[in-house]
Amino acid sequence: MDTTGTLFLPPANSTIAPEVDALFQFILVTSIIFFLIVVGGTAYFIYKYRKKGKDGFTADISENRTLEIIWTVIPIILVFIIFFWGFKTYLKMHVPPAETIQIKATGQKWFWQFDYDNGASSTNDLVVPVGKPVELLLSSQDVVHSFYVPNFRIKMDVLPNRYTVTWFEAPRQGEYDLFCAEFCGTSHSKMIGKVKVVSEREYNEWLEASSNPGEGLSLEEYGAKLYQSKACVTCHSIDGSPNIGPTLSGLIGRTEQFTDGSSLSADENYIRESILNPQAKVVKGYQPVMPTYQGILKDKEIDALVTYIKSLNKTGE
Amino acid sequence: MSGNKTEVEKNYLNDQKGIKSWLLTLDHKRIGILYLYSIMFFFFIGGMSALLIRLELIRPQEVIVGADTYNQLFTLHGAIMIFLFIIPGIPAILGNFVLPLMIGAKDVAFPKLNLASWYVYIFGSLFAVYSLVTGAVDTGWTFYTPYSTSTDTSVVSMTLGAFILGFSSIFTGINFIVTIHKLRAPGMTWFKMPLFVWASYATAIIQVLATPVLGITLLLLIAERLLGIGIFDPAMGGDPVLYQHFFWFYSHPAVYIMILPGMGIISEVIAVFSKKKIFGYNAIAFSSLGIALVSFLVWGHHMFTSGQSEFAAMIFSFLTFLVGIPSGIKMFNWLATLYKGSITFETPMLYALSFMFLFAIGGFTGIMLGALSVDVHLHDTYFVVAHFHYVMMGGTVMAFLAGLHYWWPKIWGRTYNEFWARIAAFLIFVGFNVTFFSQFILGAKGMPRRYYTYLDQYQPLHAFSSVGAFVIGAGFFIMAFYLIHAMVRGKRIGRNPWGALTLEWTTTSPPSHHNFEEIPVVKNGPYDFDRIRVENDKWIYKEE
Repeated sequence: MDTTGTLFLPPANSTIAPEVDALFQFILVTSIIFFLIVVGGTAYFIYKYRKKGKDGFTADISENRTLEIIWTVIPIILVFIIFFWGFKTYLKMHVPPAETIQIKATGQKWFWQFDYDNGASSTNDLVVPVGKPVELLLSSQDVVHSFYVPNFRIKMDVLPNRYTVTWFEAPRQGEYDLFCAEFCGTSHSKMIGKVKVVSEREYNEWLEASSNPGEGLSLEEYGAKLYQSKACVTCHSIDGSPNIGPTLSGLIGRTEQFTDGSSLSADENYIRESILNPQAKVVKGYQPVMPTYQGILKDKEIDALVTYIKSLNKTGE
Repeated sequence: MSGNKTEVEKNYLNDQKGIKSWLLTLDHKRIGILYLYSIMFFFFIGGMSALLIRLELIRPQEVIVGADTYNQLFTLHGAIMIFLFIIPGIPAILGNFVLPLMIGAKDVAFPKLNLASWYVYIFGSLFAVYSLVTGAVDTGWTFYTPYSTSTDTSVVSMTLGAFILGFSSIFTGINFIVTIHKLRAPGMTWFKMPLFVWASYATAIIQVLATPVLGITLLLLIAERLLGIGIFDPAMGGDPVLYQHFFWFYSHPAVYIMILPGMGIISEVIAVFSKKKIFGYNAIAFSSLGIALVSFLVWGHHMFTSGQSEFAAMIFSFLTFLVGIPSGIKMFNWLATLYKGSITFETPMLYALSFMFLFAIGGFTGIMLGALSVDVHLHDTYFVVAHFHYVMMGGTVMAFLAGLHYWWPKIWGRTYNEFWARIAAFLIFVGFNVTFFSQFILGAKGMPRRYYTYLDQYQPLHAFSSVGAFVIGAGFFIMAFYLIHAMVRGKRIGRNPWGALTLEWTTTSPPSHHNFEEIPVVKNGPYDFDRIRVENDKWIYKEE
């Protein structure tokens, strides 16, 4: 299988990709041939029949049945081939095999959440075993997103009012870019993650560890991990620089001005409220764009994040 | 010629003076000029926003603007270029000016409706401008729900603007249909009409039939935002995919509103600059109508990854390929027209040849996107962006420029500097390919569209593309200069500088208020270069 990619296509790593690439190459080659006929013909004619000398009368050539039938019928045959070929693979993309690993994928502004059968979950990192068909049940918490993995050649819109399904089987291990392909607002271009294709053993170990993710870590360490893995990092800096949302650096004890005119010295309860009900108090100068983490973060995880944010004060001093 | 002096003295440009004579004019030529100024103004704004977008994308992280501003910029670029430039461009400027002349009429059928269409255009564009200064729109020109119902930018005024602009489009369409049916000069049968007229006719049909659907869709969107009626937003019980169906039911035929008139211009220019009877006149004329009809049935190909049923996707893919065939036939017809011609390479012809080159690439990549499995990978990537720029800019805009340079001497009675015009054409052609061919590769490699920042691996191609954009910009900058110079100081020319056989070239340049000294009687076809040639504005018939 193609592992290096071509001039046009990125390296392929799914069972469906070779079929897509084959059709892509077929259309590419056919197009180049026809392009050479049209543009080559044009170049030849405009050179050969460039005006020479004085204007005269030109030939009356306004139809040629045979030629016209040829240049109508041949393209029709070719597009029929392309149509059937494309449709065949499209059906395969849309019908998952009978035995699959099912993972729930949720899109929201602006991260991906993956939930596994055993209660494990992850944000922006989709971990899957190599060589096993994986079926994703997709839905959105807010606007339309689109789940896109270029190396797998799959893409499926993620809708707020219904489930959509896509599936893939990755034959090789590695990390692959995951993009949101449907415009979803300010940080649309930050809504990217990774698909991590790992061995069966690593997958099982990861599943085990992720169903009990804080084990062996201090609350602060766990919070630091969650800050990355739950995508807080997308909008909130820890170095004091402004982003989509206010910085977390020095947050505890800071007096925040809100859009409704009120203000408050930030404490643990304010952080908890802002995670679970972010629209309740929106800091002046920022848009009310943060999604709620109600149902995404467990109490212990919120504790860990609060502890971590408090620790940022210490290092800042 | 004895008439030469009076021609200069008395024409549609100078027979009435004062701002009021322009703002209340019912002359199709003057209305064409009003459209020219206003549409070019928006083309300039749309073009500048494109340059800002490309400047921002030169590096993966922030360069000049923030994320929200970037999102507003590409929305602005798309909405302005589509609704205020490309859709009205060829019909309202060139169509208004030359269509009545081409069929030997004194004016369009409804001159007041024609003027009204310009005022409606201006009124609609004011809403667009208003939404710009009051916070702009960040939804993309497609206004997809539920994003567009939930963002706090001024979506309502922008969509209201697009809604109003639709009426301008419908007015022009109705006017052209009736004009073509009723006002053709004696002897001009349907099959003696120039192909630009055929193309305008097919376009007008789509304008009249498809635009109301967009109007209804945008009204529903406004109703949802203002009144909270749940139509598209699932939070209120609506369905976002329904919006996509409604939107593309108009916006796909609209693609043909944009390209068909362009194809008409290419047919004129290729025949005239080859001095050759057009090959397959009937095939070209009927393929315009064929495209117009089938174009209503392919909207679902914008939604192959939206979760619509596989059966629907299959039908839409099939019909998409079907609609590609007539365009292919036209390409072969133009190629065959060149055969055994007597070809010259003035600026309009350079743009027509650019069109053939670029539109061919646009068409082939359309086949890529029509193929279901390949589209799943390419949908919503830069491949799509490159494809529609090859069709819209490589196709329609090149055709528009061909037409603009072809009829510019007729419009002003003065011509432009051929040397600078060729330089500009060259810059635009090269810059265009640099800008957009690289985007095919970007897209196929997986770069999604509408991304403010991007992964480092895409940087070289993005930077390359940005350089091309500024080359295009330079070309248009030069063009603005020599075209404006031509209007006021250009070399005066006679009636028929290109030796064409359509009626607009038999009258004075610029034409008089009533177009023709006497009603023309048509005896020959528009491209009978096998038996007529033009020398010093006079027709010389071949001796039988």
